[in-house]
Amino acid sequence: MNRPLLRFLLGRLVGLVLVLLATSFVVFSAVHLAPGDPVSFLMRGRPVTPQARAALTAQYHLDEPFARQYLLWLGDVLGGDFGRSVQFRQDVGELISQKLPTTVFLVVYAMVLVTVVGLILGIVSALRPGLVDKLVLAWTGTSIAIPSYIAATVLTSVFAVKLGWFPLYGAGEGFTDQLWHLTLPAIALALTFAGLLARVTRSAMLDELSREHVEVARSRGVPESQVIRKHVLRNALGPIVTVVGTMVASMLVATSIVETAFSVKGVGSLLINSVTVKDFPVVQALTLLVVAAFLIANLIVDLLQPLIDPRVALGGDPK
Amino acid sequence: MSASAPASVKDASTPTPPLRRGAPARIRKLAAQGPLFTAAVLVLVLLVLLAVCAPLLAPYEPDAIDLKNSLAGTGPDHWLGTDQSGRDILSRMLYGARTGLLGPLAVVGVSTVLGIAMGVVAAWRGGWVDSLLSRSMDLLFAFPAMLLAILCVAVFGAGLTAPVIAMMIAYTPYVGRLVRSIARQEQTRPYIESYRVQGWSGWSICTRHLIPNITPTVLAQSAINFGYALMELAGLSYLGFGVQAPTADWGVMVSEGQNPLLKDVMLPALAPATAIVIAVVAFGIVGEGLADRVSKRER
Repeated sequence: MNRPLLRFLLGRLVGLVLVLLATSFVVFSAVHLAPGDPVSFLMRGRPVTPQARAALTAQYHLDEPFARQYLLWLGDVLGGDFGRSVQFRQDVGELISQKLPTTVFLVVYAMVLVTVVGLILGIVSALRPGLVDKLVLAWTGTSIAIPSYIAATVLTSVFAVKLGWFPLYGAGEGFTDQLWHLTLPAIALALTFAGLLARVTRSAMLDELSREHVEVARSRGVPESQVIRKHVLRNALGPIVTVVGTMVASMLVATSIVETAFSVKGVGSLLINSVTVKDFPVVQALTLLVVAAFLIANLIVDLLQPLIDPRVALGGDPK
Repeated sequence: MSASAPASVKDASTPTPPLRRGAPARIRKLAAQGPLFTAAVLVLVLLVLLAVCAPLLAPYEPDAIDLKNSLAGTGPDHWLGTDQSGRDILSRMLYGARTGLLGPLAVVGVSTVLGIAMGVVAAWRGGWVDSLLSRSMDLLFAFPAMLLAILCVAVFGAGLTAPVIAMMIAYTPYVGRLVRSIARQEQTRPYIESYRVQGWSGWSICTRHLIPNITPTVLAQSAINFGYALMELAGLSYLGFGVQAPTADWGVMVSEGQNPLLKDVMLPALAPATAIVIAVVAFGIVGEGLADRVSKRER
C-alpha cells in the first residue's frame, strides 16, 4: 500500500470514529434531555418498581456523574451491551440480531431492483433522446415524488386486495417464500430510489456522450456498442456508484415505514414500534446502527472510486 | 427562450386570464420557463389558496363524525365520499392542506435562513471558522432527516413540534453546503473586491450584495427541499408521530384509509395520497425550473 492511500484511510477512519462518538453522545444524552428524570423517562407509561429503578440505574450508571455515566455506557455499548428492551424484556443486541436478517433481505432485494431498473431506465433515456427520453423522465419525475407509504398503499390495494397475487403482510419463511412475501415491500422501497438512480445515470451518461474521447472512438470506427460500454458507461460509473452507496442508509431508514406498512417484522418496524411504546434502549441502538451503516457505506464508496477511475488519487491534493 | 414564450403563454392563459394582459413582468418571465413549469406554479398557488380558504370552501366540519354515513361513495352530498367515521373527505383534504403546508414551510424557512448564515460565514471567514462549520455540517449529514425526526419523537413525544425542529436542523447542512460553495465562487468576482477596496464592511457586502446574488440558486434548492419536507412530515404523521389522529392531515388520512382499503374502498387513502404526490411533483418541477433559469442566466 502506498503512503497517501494509507494516510487517507487513517484520516477517514478517524473521522468515522469521531462522528460515531458524537452520535453516541447525542443518543446517550437524549435520556437526560427528555423532560422529567431519566428513570421515569425510560419507564414512561409503566409503573416504576424499586427493582426496575435499581436495574435502570445500574444500566445507565445513573448514580455516577454525567461524564462518567457516558463513558461507562459507551464502554458497555462497545462491548455489545445495549441494555435490555423494556418492552420485550430481552437483550437489545439479541433482539436486533433476530430481526436484522429480514431487513437485510428486504434492503438487498430492493437494492437489486433499484440497480437493475434504475440503470436500464437511465441508459435507455440517455441513448434514445426524444419521445422515449421524455416518457422515462416523466416516469422518474413522478416516481421520485411517490413516498414509500403511498406506494405501499397502492400496491397493497391493487396486487394484494384486488388481484390477490401477493400476501398482504408478513415476511415468510425460507428463501422463495420470503422472496414472494417481500416483493411488494421491496417494490415500494425501491420506487423512489430507482427514479433517482435513473436520473443520475442519465445525466452522467449524457455528460460522457458529449465528451471528445467518445467522438474520437466513434471516428476511429469502434463499434457503437463498444463505445457505449467501454467509453461511456465505464466513465459514468463514478457518480452512479456514489449515489447507490449513499442510498443504503436512506433505505435503512425508509424500511421503517415500509415494514410498518406491510407488517414485516424487521429492524425498521422494530424502530417505529419501539418509539411508539417508548422502548428507548432499542431506539438508541438502532440509531447508532443506521448512522454506522451510513458512514461505512460512504467509506466503501470513496474506496471504490480509484478502482472505477484510476485518475482519482485517494489522499492526493483535494482539488 | 423567446421562441418558447408564445406557446407557454397560450398554455398558461387557459386557467388564469390575468396572465395574458397587464400581468407583471415577473409573472411573464416565469411563464417563459415552459408550460410544465407554469402548470406547476399554478398548482402550488391553487394549493395555497385552498389551504388558506379551507374554512370558507369546506362543505362540512373536517372532524364532524357521521357514523350512519360511513364509507359513503362519491355523490352530490360528499364529492369525494366519506371515511370510516363518516367524515367528509373533501373537507378533510382542504383542512389537511393547511397542516400539510405549514410544517414544511417552517422547516424550509428556518433551514434556509440558518443554511445561508452558516454557508456565507464559512465562505467569508475561511480558516478555522470555515473548517469548524464545515465539520459540523458533515456531522449533521450522517443523520438522515427522518432518523433525527424519529429520535426526537422518541425523546420529546409525538406531535408536529419535535419532528419539525429535528428537520429544521437536518435540512440546514444541505442549504449550508450549497451556499458555501456558491458564495466562495461569488467572492472571487471583481465587484466584491471593489466594494472591499471602497471600504465597505464585510457585513454590508454580504447582506447587500453577496446574499441577494446567491438567493435565486438557494431558492431553487429550497423549493425542492419543500417537497421532500412535505413528503417526510406526511410520512411521520402516517406513522402516528406527527400530526395527531383526529386532526385532518394528508399523512394521517393515508394511514386512516388503510382499513377501508381492505374492504376495497380506495378513496379515503387514495385522495390524500394523490394530493401528496401532486404537491411533491409540483415543488420538484418548480425547483428544477428555477435552477434551470439561474444556470441559463449565468451562461
